[in-house]
This record gives sequence, C-alpha cells and structure tokens, in this order.
Amino acid sequence: MANAAVATAGAVRPLRYGSISRDRKWALRWSYFFLTLFAIFFLMPPFYMLITSLKPKEEIAAITNPWWVYAPTLDNFIELLTQNAYMTFFRNSAIVSVCVVIVTMLISVIAAFSLARMKFWGSATLATGVFLTYLIPDTLLFIPLFKMMSWVRDTTGIELVNHWWTMIILYPTLTVPFCTWIMIGYFASIPKELDEAALIDGATWMQTLTRIFIPVALPGIIAATIFCFTVSWAQFLYPLAFTTSTTELVLPVGIVTTLIKGDVFNWGQIMAGALLGAAPPLIIYAFLMDYYIAGLTAGATKG
Amino acid sequence: MAQVSLRKVIKKYDEVLAVRGVDLDIADKEFIVLVGPSGCGKSTTLRMIAGLEEISGGDIAIGGDVVNDVPPKDRDIAMVFQNYALYPHMNVYENMSFGLKLKKTPKQEIDQRVRAAAGILDITELLDRKPKQLSGGQRQRVAMGRAIVRDPKVFLFDEPLSNLDAKLRVQMRTEIKKVHQKVRTTTVYVTHDQVEAMTLADRVVVMNAGLIEQVGTPNDLYHSPATKFVAGFIGSPAMNFIPCQLEQAAGALRVRLSDKLSFPVPDGRTARYTSNVGKPNLILGLRPEHIAETRPHIEPNQHDFDQVIEVVEPMGMETLVYFTLAGAEVCGRVNPNAGATAERSMKLRADLSNMHLIDDTTGKVL
Repeated sequence: MANAAVATAGAVRPLRYGSISRDRKWALRWSYFFLTLFAIFFLMPPFYMLITSLKPKEEIAAITNPWWVYAPTLDNFIELLTQNAYMTFFRNSAIVSVCVVIVTMLISVIAAFSLARMKFWGSATLATGVFLTYLIPDTLLFIPLFKMMSWVRDTTGIELVNHWWTMIILYPTLTVPFCTWIMIGYFASIPKELDEAALIDGATWMQTLTRIFIPVALPGIIAATIFCFTVSWAQFLYPLAFTTSTTELVLPVGIVTTLIKGDVFNWGQIMAGALLGAAPPLIIYAFLMDYYIAGLTAGATKG
Repeated sequence: MAQVSLRKVIKKYDEVLAVRGVDLDIADKEFIVLVGPSGCGKSTTLRMIAGLEEISGGDIAIGGDVVNDVPPKDRDIAMVFQNYALYPHMNVYENMSFGLKLKKTPKQEIDQRVRAAAGILDITELLDRKPKQLSGGQRQRVAMGRAIVRDPKVFLFDEPLSNLDAKLRVQMRTEIKKVHQKVRTTTVYVTHDQVEAMTLADRVVVMNAGLIEQVGTPNDLYHSPATKFVAGFIGSPAMNFIPCQLEQAAGALRVRLSDKLSFPVPDGRTARYTSNVGKPNLILGLRPEHIAETRPHIEPNQHDFDQVIEVVEPMGMETLVYFTLAGAEVCGRVNPNAGATAERSMKLRADLSNMHLIDDTTGKVL
C-alpha cells in the first residue's frame, strides 16, 4: 500500500512554482516601457520650452542642435520679470483666478447642495440643465456674451469690454456648471441619513451644509477648486476676445500679444513666460494631487 | 418623556398608499416595537413620527401636542438609524454633543451630559475616536449615545441592529433593553425580526400592508394571535397551518384533517367553535412545540398519531421533524433522544389545548 502511494506521488509532475510572479514581472516590464514612452512624449514640449528659454537670442536663430544649450543664460527670465507688462499680466491672472474660484465655489456648492438634497419642483430638470450648459463650447458663447455686454452698456452706461475684471463675471459661465456637476455627484454619495440625523439634531439647512456636508465632501470641493483654478488660469479665448489694452490682459493672452510683434517671435521670452505661467497650477497640483484624484473618483464609485 | 398617539395616520406616495390609517397610543416610558415584513409601512410610520416624512392624513401627537407640521428638530425626539449615520469627520464626543451645541447648551453641561451618556453605554474610552476607527457594535453604541445625550421625549430606532452580525445583534439587543431600563424614555423601535420584537417590547405592533394587524404584549401575540398573519409571523419555526374540517359527531366537535385522522376539540372551546361546523376553508393552527413525541403519561387534550417523518433537523436542545399532513408541510419539535429518523414512522403527540381555528376566507382567528 505504502509503496503504491509513493509510486503515484512520484508520477505526479512537479508543480511549477513562480509562474504567477513571472507573469507579474512581465506585466511590470511592459507597463514601465509604455509609461516611460508616454512620459517622454508628454514631457518633450515643456523640456523644449525650458531649453529654449535658457538660450540667448543668437543661439535660437542659429542652426545648432536644438536639444542642447551651448551658452546658457537667464537673460530671457530677467528681461521678462523686469518688464512691467509681464508682472501686470501675472497680477491680473492671479486676481481673476482667485476671484473666479471664490465666486464659483460659493455658487456651485450651494447650488449642488440644493439640487442634490432638497426635493423641489423641477430640481431634476435643473440638474440636467446645469450639465447641458457645460456641454456648450465657449467658442459659441462669446458672441451672445458680447451682445449682452453691449446691452448692459446701452442700458446702464457701464462698459464691460476691455477690463480684466470682466473675466471674473465671464469665467464662471464655464466653471460653475462643471463644478456644480462634480459637487452634485459628490453630495449625492453622502448617505441621506446623515442630513436626516443633522435635521433631527436641530441643524438648519445652512448648518447642515456648513457643518456636515462641506467637511465630509472636502475632497470633492478641493477637486472642483483645482479644476476651477486651472480653467480660469489657462482660459485664452475670452480674454482674447474681450480685452485689448496691455494693462487689461491676463497671462496667456498677454504673452502672445506682447511678445509676438508682427512676424517677429521673441521665442526665448515666450518660452520663459509660458514656463513661469505654468508654475502656479503645477504647484497647486503637486500639493493637492491626492485630494484631486480622491475627489474625482469618489463621486463615481459610491452609489 | 411623553406619550405618543397616532390618529388615522395615512401616507400616500403619489397614488400608492404606504400607510393606510394607523391608530396607536403609546404610553409614557413604554417600549413599543413595530414589526412586519418589508414594505408593510413600519419604517414610514416611524419616519412620520420623526417628522422626516410629511403625513398625508390624520394626526400625530407627542406629549399631547399635535406635531403634524412641526419640523423634526422641534419635536424633541432622537433617532438611531440602521447605518448609524454618525458624522464621519467628527470624533465620538463631537458626534454626541453636536445636537446640544446647536441648541447653545453651556459647555459644562454638554460635557457633563456626554460623559454621563458615555458612562451608561460604556464608551468613555472611545470619546476621542473617529467613527471609522470603531467596530459596528461600538458605532451602534455611539449612535445610541447621541440619542441619549439629548434627553428627548421619544427615542426612535429604525432597524438599528440589521447591520450587525448575528452574535453582536443578540448582545446589542440586551444592551438596548438595559439602556431603556435605565433611562425609561418612551421608545418606538422598528424591526423586521420578530425575535427582536418579542424580546424587547412592552407591546408589539404587528403591521402588514400599511395597516396594524394586532397590538399586544409579546405573550398575547404569541398565544392569542388575532389573525392568520400574526399567527404565522410571530414564532420561529412558524405556526403550522393545516387545512381541516370542523364536524359534529355524537354531540362532540372534532377537527378532521384527513379521512383517517381527526382530533376532538378541547371542551372549553366547543361553545366558541360550534357555529363554524361545516364551514369551508378552515385551518387548524398548531405551533411546532405542540407536536412532540409520545410519552407514557397522557394529559387531557393530547392525542397520539402515527406519522412518517420526511426530514429531521437536529438543533441540539431539540430536534425538528417535518412531514406532510393534509397537503400542508408540518413541523414538530421532539426530544433529541426520541429517535426521530427520516422516512420512518414515528408516534407523535398533538396537544390541542393551544390550538387555533382560523377562517382562511377572512384571515381571522376564530
């Protein structure tokens, strides 16, 4: 009996250990390969910008290896930062973006809360309406917006065109619908019993919002804030259409209009200006990346 | 503390009647359990008492005042939810004190009341923790603590133990009963679990399809159910329902289950049942514990019969036997040593002193 058992056991082929880890190793190799490929592909333009911004004018014009700096210089940055115009653009952009973030969050958090939680006649239709508004491209919106502004000027005498602060009124037409939509999703994922408990505890709707919903939905709010900041910082079309004077321009438009004179492209400064302009969103993303990802995914997965 | 009364309370969702006229008086300090299958309107009734659902008709009064249009926060109630509904960003202390803070209670009093409630529930060492650091049972305690702290007129529990595992549920059940014995606040408790209802309640309210079937003490409901629904809902394993005929032979009433099997009706019930002789759709209701193995000594109203057992389920302290009688599956409880074996005949004893006769047409117990 014992011998027979041993014989059968001996006939069994030895197990192949490590096949799973071998599969995993290959999967990892492939993912590293493609990730590196993508990283190179997407980092190439900013890298080219950096290289160019460090080159003196003559070297940019000369036929040399474009991926190498032979005489690195910070002149482009220094010239840019000592120009009054660039600092004005930067200041305009900063004020506009911060104000837009504040205005947008004030509107969209309250709007999202009421659309997600208070049942009232037409609330579902309104929520869909908010989303549809977001689907309309801004290239279609600026002509009617122009019409509205001239109507405002004709009736009240207030000139809205060619002022940087007009952007604080304009940008929310892009940011409010999207942020409201994100927040509706986020608020809807908060269990209903939570506001019922707060209601029984004696909280008003406003207290429920400020003391329960906003703290609980903080990742979502931060995600919406980052999105809102990025959109208003990078917005190009509206300021291009609505502002013309140098003092009224924001960064993206300012760089293009003042550093390109006729057919003369001041490449070194354009690149330096764009790099510096990309810094604030980059810094914000670096600090709040975890929140941003948590905010964008949480609303989607929690029923 | 207060009594609660419901007068012809109705809840309509569009055209669907979820609650169809509920009348109920709950005494001060009483522990009332609303029980019934899902969709029977018990949770809706509770939420109407809380003020979380508007009522479509009738009156609800707490402590003598009609509160139909009073918002939840002014009804002086506290509620414990099935999923606890603890505020995730606050620690246990803040969760418990939130309601008091909103009422602008002095800090010192808040502290005193939170610590007292924490003491009652044995959660003093958890006060600094966040809800996600707590186990299910601990969260349940905190949810109860949040209710106790506010010293409300009425406690409302909405299936508070459904999210806990079986062992913890039994433990927390005892805990809730202990807490009620300490604080003596009027309590309305909703559950679909009849064991929870029986063990906790001073009085149980059995609901079905938006209506109250019966209100009574746990023993009342168990021993004298008013309807077939209550008879079948209360008790586990459920009461056996065996189709039968009532016949009069030689001046005595007999319940006939089949051609061969019939039992005499206990003497005390003859007068009550006589008018139903020959009625169609009659059902004999007999609880499993009233069908046992035969014993040497025979009491009045007990009758032996032979039966082939189909399934045997040993439970340890007892053995459940299943067989078919008059087309109905019947369950009996026998001694584990009685030698019950599947597909073998066994001498069983039916005790008819606790029988129920049910008219299946009206669903009423006769």
